[in-house]
Amino acid sequence: MQLYLPIAEVAVNLYLLLGLGTLVGMLSGMFGVGGGFLITPLLFFMGIPPAVAVATGANQIVASSISAVLAHLKRRTVDLRMGTVLLIGGLIGAGLGVYVFNLLREMGQVDLLVRLCYVVFLGVIGALMFVESLRALMQSKRGAPPRRRHHGWVHGLPFKMRFRTSGLYISAIPPLMVGVSVGLLAAIMGVGGGFIMVPAMIYLLGMPTKVVIGTSLFQIIFVTAFTTLLHATTMYTVDMVLALALIVGGVVGAQLGAVIGAKLRAEQLRILLALLVLGVCGKLALELLLTPSELYLIDAPGVG
Amino acid sequence: MRRLFALLICLALPAAAQDEEVVLGLSQNQVSITANFDGSEILIFGAIKRETPIPEDPLEVLITVAGPQQELVVRRKARRFGIWVNTDAVEVDAAPSFYAVATSAPFEQTISAVEDLRHSVSIPRAIRSVGAPMSINDSQAFSEAVIRIRRDNGLYQLREETVSLREQTLFDTSIAMPASLTEGAYPTRIFLTRGGTVISRYETVIDVRKVGLERWLYNLSREQPLVYGLLSVALAIAAGWSASAAARYLRDG
Repeated sequence: MQLYLPIAEVAVNLYLLLGLGTLVGMLSGMFGVGGGFLITPLLFFMGIPPAVAVATGANQIVASSISAVLAHLKRRTVDLRMGTVLLIGGLIGAGLGVYVFNLLREMGQVDLLVRLCYVVFLGVIGALMFVESLRALMQSKRGAPPRRRHHGWVHGLPFKMRFRTSGLYISAIPPLMVGVSVGLLAAIMGVGGGFIMVPAMIYLLGMPTKVVIGTSLFQIIFVTAFTTLLHATTMYTVDMVLALALIVGGVVGAQLGAVIGAKLRAEQLRILLALLVLGVCGKLALELLLTPSELYLIDAPGVG
Repeated sequence: MRRLFALLICLALPAAAQDEEVVLGLSQNQVSITANFDGSEILIFGAIKRETPIPEDPLEVLITVAGPQQELVVRRKARRFGIWVNTDAVEVDAAPSFYAVATSAPFEQTISAVEDLRHSVSIPRAIRSVGAPMSINDSQAFSEAVIRIRRDNGLYQLREETVSLREQTLFDTSIAMPASLTEGAYPTRIFLTRGGTVISRYETVIDVRKVGLERWLYNLSREQPLVYGLLSVALAIAAGWSASAAARYLRDG
């Protein structure tokens, strides 16, 4: 069944949209990533104008993240205090990011820069996570106790705060910086930023994996809601019909994902996420390297 | 003497041309875009009214339907430092969002190149592009790319020999409009030609517009973007919360 989208002005298959929403919702529930890095390219692929895809993707992430956060709250795996600190940084970063994005657009080549950002970030993070979690998995198989990581400089900073849920007593500066950089990237790359925040929380802040996911989702809700409003008021590119179709699939998927995520072990969860990140990175890199089938691209400034 | 006679015929032709006029009918002069809009087929039919006997030369009918004109930027990729980058860009001043040409005979037989140029009938003529930067020598390739991409999407159609013409008087054709339509007025032109020369033209407009919920959402997003944005976020929050509540209800029995 075809569904006509009033803002995007294209018709797409409703079942395809529902399926896409479910898939991304499952990822969101399992890994705590918003899924923006997947949903946005997939929407391009369906012929939806990029600006609409980015803006509506943000709106969809709000819904799937809320659904997942509520599931995590019930299991007490959300560090609200840490989330708030991250959020403050995130909003500052998002504001900065919009400014940088407009600056880049005037210079041209935004598209390329966004893609390169994706390839570099996804590649580095995916590889790091994969190696690290593989090592952890092997250690736990050998029966050795998981080695507690030491965080030299992170512990030397002032403004220490106690994050009880995470079992941490660290300075507020590193989480704030993580928040700012994620907000910055979120605005430039049009994603929630979970795929960067989750590894940053695990490896930089040393938070336990189980708490990381809920907390990251908590922060993503606010950043994406902010982004949605920004896009709706400045570019008129949020398509409510498209968002609704994705949301319906997404909320179902998020619940499934949270259940599956609770059953998997932390190391396995991380390996899966690492493979996923590497897969998307590889695909984007190939698109940049291989000769495209169509060298030309139509850009309608009016539609965005 | 013979030359004078030829001249007289030439002078007489335009007068004779006015004798044949189109009387047009449309299966619908308005296309309504609803939520489940899946393209539309418009039947265009009509008759040729004339008070003089049918001339010797065969009559041909040519019908065009065009969408609203848009300004486009066409970008071309090239390999730089091993990766594919958008390098050249050409602005196309006006290209219709949709364009269909239907003819009663092969295109070249229906209308001559001069007449095509004058009335902007064929697809390449319907695109207006002037401003290519000095650095680009093959700006033609950019317009060709627009045509190629849009033809593959079913937005530009050349449908030769799809207008059926009976007794040189009654004609009809159907134009398939794809699902991805832009809102606006779609000028529709009917040309009557003899020997490649246009002898009569008729114009009308097909109105394509969103209706119902689609209309309401579109208007809201343009007129009250803040309300629209808040509504989108609220909808997302409500959906997320109710899904979670439903899941809890199901789990707890």
